[in-house]
Amino acid sequence: MKRLSTDRLWSMLVLAPSVILLAVFVYGFIIRTGYTSLTDWGNNSLALDTTVKHNFIGLANYQDLFTSLLNARFRQDLVNTLFFTVFFIAGCLGLGLGLALMLDRNPKAEGLWRTIFLFPMSLSFIVTGTIWRWMLQPQGGVNKLFGLDPDKYEWLTSRSSIWQFDWNKVPLITAIVVAVVLAAVGVRALRDANRTRTIVAFACAALLLAWALLVAPRLKFIPVPELHGFNIAFIGILIAAIWQMSGYTMALYLAGLRGIPDELREAARVDGANEWGTYRHVVFPLLAPITLSAMIVLGHISLKIFDLVYAMTGPDNAPTSVPALLMYITSFRANQFAVGAAIGVVLLILVAIIIVPYLASQFRGEKRA
Amino acid sequence: MTTTPAPKGVTAKSSNRPRMNIGRPLMYLGLIIAALFFLTPIYLLIITALKTPESIDLATTWQFPRIINWASFSEAWAKIGGNLGNSLFLAVTATLLSAVIGSLNGYALSKWKFRGANTLFALMLFGMFIPYQSVLIPLFEFVKSIGLYGSIWALVLAHVVYGLPITTLIFRNFYADVPDALIEAATIDGAGFWSIYSKVIFPISIPGFVVVIIWQFTQVWNEFLFAATLTSPSSQPVTYALSQLAGGQAVSWNLPMAGAILAALPTLLVYILLGRYFVRGLLAGSVKG
Repeated sequence: MKRLSTDRLWSMLVLAPSVILLAVFVYGFIIRTGYTSLTDWGNNSLALDTTVKHNFIGLANYQDLFTSLLNARFRQDLVNTLFFTVFFIAGCLGLGLGLALMLDRNPKAEGLWRTIFLFPMSLSFIVTGTIWRWMLQPQGGVNKLFGLDPDKYEWLTSRSSIWQFDWNKVPLITAIVVAVVLAAVGVRALRDANRTRTIVAFACAALLLAWALLVAPRLKFIPVPELHGFNIAFIGILIAAIWQMSGYTMALYLAGLRGIPDELREAARVDGANEWGTYRHVVFPLLAPITLSAMIVLGHISLKIFDLVYAMTGPDNAPTSVPALLMYITSFRANQFAVGAAIGVVLLILVAIIIVPYLASQFRGEKRA
Repeated sequence: MTTTPAPKGVTAKSSNRPRMNIGRPLMYLGLIIAALFFLTPIYLLIITALKTPESIDLATTWQFPRIINWASFSEAWAKIGGNLGNSLFLAVTATLLSAVIGSLNGYALSKWKFRGANTLFALMLFGMFIPYQSVLIPLFEFVKSIGLYGSIWALVLAHVVYGLPITTLIFRNFYADVPDALIEAATIDGAGFWSIYSKVIFPISIPGFVVVIIWQFTQVWNEFLFAATLTSPSSQPVTYALSQLAGGQAVSWNLPMAGAILAALPTLLVYILLGRYFVRGLLAGSVKG
């Protein structure tokens, strides 16, 4: 027993440095960033003067980011990053699944195909961005290859955007979306005959809808309508990002497909399922957990992405900016550290929304297993 | 209901042969189109790097150069060679340090489980996912306050610390496959924490180390945000130098293309030579074993 406890002591001693380092560098620094975002550090010209004391100004930086006319770029960046994330995930999942399904049929030289589809993963986003920037120049390789008119196909330099909406409508849209989700939860609870949950879900949905219809239209963050949408110039960046990362989803799906026992597919065929039926009822449901974890990993990569944008369109091209890039130039170019910290916190919250439930569910599952 | 005998027609239809006949040419066509999408940028990259600045023009963009110009590479080397050296030093140092610590952490977490070990591990893992923008300003302040700002050691520090979650994760999952009975037997023989590590765990860790080293080396080599914020020109790694090289307006494209090849070669070689382990690291980073 004594022996055992010394060993346990050793194991904790071994872990201690890492735990302390991560406690400081992750959690301590996050708290420090949070505090910085509540000060006025850098809101004047004395940002780099270490003798100047920073004043606590509460949530003013956040309020400015979301409502002041000067910070329209930040709001456009948020919209950009959401659109980018949706298309990036969809593209990687679609292409990756397609490639994996083809490779699962055991083509000749399978290893070679796999190597070809995965190699972009080993490159840095800076290298990928440099190459694709050259491909997608208005007068560049892609337009030349397909005989496209460089005036019409401005892959990275376009300034137009589609699916625009007024920033003032964000609370309205959010409330309606959440209400619809709650209503769906309510319908499910009704079907499961869970009375309390049904009542709570429907009541919340109704409340939100009432708020959305009565209060939200009168809310105005900004005195003038401010339109944001999906910038066409992101299409080029999306192509490069999908080129780099779809091999990753391919590897995930291929591992998943290889894990499905042949007997299951055989059984489905014997039961009379045709090939499409086998995929629909046997293969795809088994791949669902992989899709979910791929979405989570790709989603957090996409929210953080900034080096690819930096390499493809440069840090100063507002139409293709993202919050991760804006944080960098706000802090380290403009020396507006407090505003930069606020953007960093917003970014962290976006990522945490995806990651925390994921980590929690992974560890709950593990305990049960 | 696998026991139900299938009618003859169904068996014939669902056997592998007829299905393959229609599908296979289509499959190869799909694979070829996909391969073209993945390889075309590399073709353009190489031929552009081999051209002289004067011969880069739209009409001949896709043609192989008539005169091969290796000078782009020596010119690019002159501009970013020092940064490649920085990257090499940084990636090797940070990788080895974080691999050794990760191995010990993984061993302690998987073989000497204590109460709350899983929670602690989940809290550590969160560090792998955070956007570094949310810790960048305090990191910058900290590095400045200890006098490391602008030195390559600032980057080593950052990469070791923020690399710990993934190296710990990979080793923990790797050691999870080592039977606990082995450890118990060693304990009965009187071995303690360190002698079990050095005599039982470490000797079988080579595959784990290979995965971790490849994965970390690639990550550190390719990283950009820390490179852009914590270094000075003399200590900048190659990703930042390449972004500067390619960002200029007047540069002709052969130079950034040659630079991109130089910057990409080390990780690409690692991938081509040791791809299997690379993929294993990739999967470990997302799906827990």
